[in-house]
Amino acid sequence: MKDNLVPAVRFTQVSRHFGEVVAVDHVSLDIPDGEFFTMLGPSGSGKTTCLRLIAGFERPTNGTILLHGKPVTNLPPYEREVNTVFQDYALFPHMTVAENIAYGLMIRKVARAERERRVNEMLELVRLVGLGGRKPLQLSGGQRQRVALARALVNHPRVLLLDEPLGALDLKLRQQMQVELKSLQQRVGITFVYVTHDQEEALTMSDRLAVFNHGRVEQVGTPAEIYEHPQTPFVAGFVGVSNLLSGEQAKAITGNGDTFSIRPEKIHLASPQAEVPQEMYAVDGAVRDVVYLGLYTRYLVELEDGSDLVVVQQNLDTTSMDVLSARGRKVRLLWQRSHIRRVSGL
Amino acid sequence: MGKAFLPVDRAALGTIPPPTFGTRLSTYIYLRPWLILLLLLGPPMLWMGVVYLGSLATLLLNSFFHLDSFTGQVVRQLSLDSYAQLFTRTNLDIVQRTAGMAIFVTLADAILAFPLAYYTARYASPRARTSLYLAVLIPLWSSYLVRIYAWKLILAKEGILSWLFGALRLDGLLEWLLGLPVIGGPSLSVSYIGMFIVFTYVWLPYMILPIQAALERVPKSLVEASGDLGARPAQTFRHVILPLAFPGVVAGSIFTFSLTLGDFIVPIAFGNSSFIIGQAVYSHMGTSGNIPLAAAFTMIPIAIMLFYLMGARRLGAFDAL
Repeated sequence: MKDNLVPAVRFTQVSRHFGEVVAVDHVSLDIPDGEFFTMLGPSGSGKTTCLRLIAGFERPTNGTILLHGKPVTNLPPYEREVNTVFQDYALFPHMTVAENIAYGLMIRKVARAERERRVNEMLELVRLVGLGGRKPLQLSGGQRQRVALARALVNHPRVLLLDEPLGALDLKLRQQMQVELKSLQQRVGITFVYVTHDQEEALTMSDRLAVFNHGRVEQVGTPAEIYEHPQTPFVAGFVGVSNLLSGEQAKAITGNGDTFSIRPEKIHLASPQAEVPQEMYAVDGAVRDVVYLGLYTRYLVELEDGSDLVVVQQNLDTTSMDVLSARGRKVRLLWQRSHIRRVSGL
Repeated sequence: MGKAFLPVDRAALGTIPPPTFGTRLSTYIYLRPWLILLLLLGPPMLWMGVVYLGSLATLLLNSFFHLDSFTGQVVRQLSLDSYAQLFTRTNLDIVQRTAGMAIFVTLADAILAFPLAYYTARYASPRARTSLYLAVLIPLWSSYLVRIYAWKLILAKEGILSWLFGALRLDGLLEWLLGLPVIGGPSLSVSYIGMFIVFTYVWLPYMILPIQAALERVPKSLVEASGDLGARPAQTFRHVILPLAFPGVVAGSIFTFSLTLGDFIVPIAFGNSSFIIGQAVYSHMGTSGNIPLAAAFTMIPIAIMLFYLMGARRLGAFDAL
C-alpha cells in the first residue's frame, strides 16, 4: 500500500519555453495513482504541453518530472510506462485495426498467440468485435477514437494520457463517450490524465482537475471545489459563467471593495419592490436582453451604474412568451450572502 | 442588443440590370456543366489525342512494317519481321544492357535520394527546406545537354575526377575499375560506369521529389504514436515511416526507370559500340534508315513500362499522386 503514496505523476517547478514563448511556467503538480485527473484551460494555456511533457514528446526547459517516483525528465517516450490517445487518433493508416492495436505488443515482442488474445480482449472492451480486419479509413470517428483507446490500453500503461480525445466527435457521441471513458477508467483502475478545454467535460469526468491559464496552474481541486470555490477571477469566469463584482460596485452591494464572484443560477429575479431579507444581498437594474434556451432562460440585467449581471432562471412555470416580455422591465436581484465568493484580486 | 436595422430604401439600391450578351453567355455555360468540361478539357485532350497518341499509333503501325534488306526500302505490309529481328543475339543483349542500366540507376537514385528527402521533410527548418528544395530543382531548369557535357569534362581522362583519384593516390583503384570487363573502358567518360554515374545524376531530382512529398504527408503524430507505444526510432522508421513513404519511392522509380530506358543522349555521349536501346533506335532511324526496326525497339521500353506501372499500381504508387 506504500505504492499509493507515491504519486503517478509529479511535476516539480516544470517550465517549457519555445523560444520567447513560455508555454509552461513553473508548474508543480501531484497526480495520485488511479485518479482521473483533468487539465482544463483555453487553447494556448499550456495544458497540452504538460501532457506532452509527461509522454516525453517534449523535454522541460527547467524542473523535474517523476513517474511513480522515477525521474523521467530526460527519458525518451519509448522508455516511459505511459501511453497516449492522440487528438487526431494517429492511427497507422497502412495497418488494420487489429495490427494497430497489436503494435505496442509487437514492438515488445509478445508472442503471436498472446498478442491475438489481448487484441481480441481489447476489441471486446471497446465494443469493436468483428472490425479487427478493417483499415482505419473505413471507420467512423467514434470507432477510430475507440481504436486509439484500445491501442493505448492494450499495453497496460500505468498512466494513460488523453489529449482532447473527444474533440472531433459530435455532441451526442461525445456525451456518450464521456460516460464510457469514466466507467472504463474505474474498471481498469489506471491513472487517466485528460486534457480538454471543455469545462463541462472536465466537471463531468474528473476526480480532480487543474485549471490552466498562461502556462500556469490557477487552481487544483475536485469539480465541486473548483465550481463552488473558484480562487481566482480566471477560474470563476472559465469554469461555468460567473459574474464578477469589484471595486465601488462591490462596496455598494456588500460593503467591501474586494473582487467577488456570483454564479448566475444563484441570483433571484424579483420585482423592484421586493423586500430584502436579512441574509441576502440586493441590487436594482433593468432587463436589457433575454435569451430563451428552452430548459432555462438567460437574462442580461443592466445595473444602475451601467455594468451587466447575467442571471439564469429555470423555466419551471414560465413560457417563452412570459420570459421574452420581460425585456426592459425593472427588476431587483437578490442572492444569498453565503453564495458570494471572494476571488483573490489581480 | 445592437441597433435595429435602418429601413431600407429599395429604390435607392437600384434594380438588377437587363442581361447583356456577356451575362446571357455566362448563364448559358453556367447551367450546362458538360459544356464547362468540354471547354476545359477539349483543347488539351485534342492535343494529347492527335499529337501524342497519334504519333504513338504511327509508331506502332511502323513496327509492323519491315525493311527489304535487298532494296533498302520499307515494305508497307503488316508482318512481324521487325519484331523477329529483335530476337537476335545482339539485339537481346541491347535490351538486357538497357534494362540492367535502368535497374541499377533506379536503385542508386533511391539510395541517394531517401536520406536527403528524409532530412528535408522531417528535420530541416522551413528556410533550410526551401533552400534544399531549390537546390534539387535548379538543375532541372538548366539545359540537360550542358549538364551532360559538364560531366563529360569531369569524367574525362585528364578530367577533375581522375586528377582527384591521383591526388588521393587512388589511381590504382581507378585503373582497376576501368579494367573491369563490360563496365570498364578507356576512361570514365567512355564506359558504362560513367554512363551510370551521369544517369544517376540527371534523374536524381525525379526520385527526391516524390519521396519527399510522401514523407511530408506522414503526420508527425504517427511518429510520436509509434514512440509512445515503445518503438525506438529505428523501429518507427521500419514499421511506420518506410511503409508510408514506399509509394513515393515507387513513384520516383517510375521516372528514373522510364527515363533511363528511353534516353539516347547520355548513351551517345558516354557509351561505346555496345549499344543500349536509345543508341540503337537512333542509329536505325538515322544512318541505316530502318524505321520499322527502330519502331519495334521503342516498343520494348513501352512494354516494360506497362508491366512496371501495373506493378507500381499494386504497390500503391498512384495513391500518392
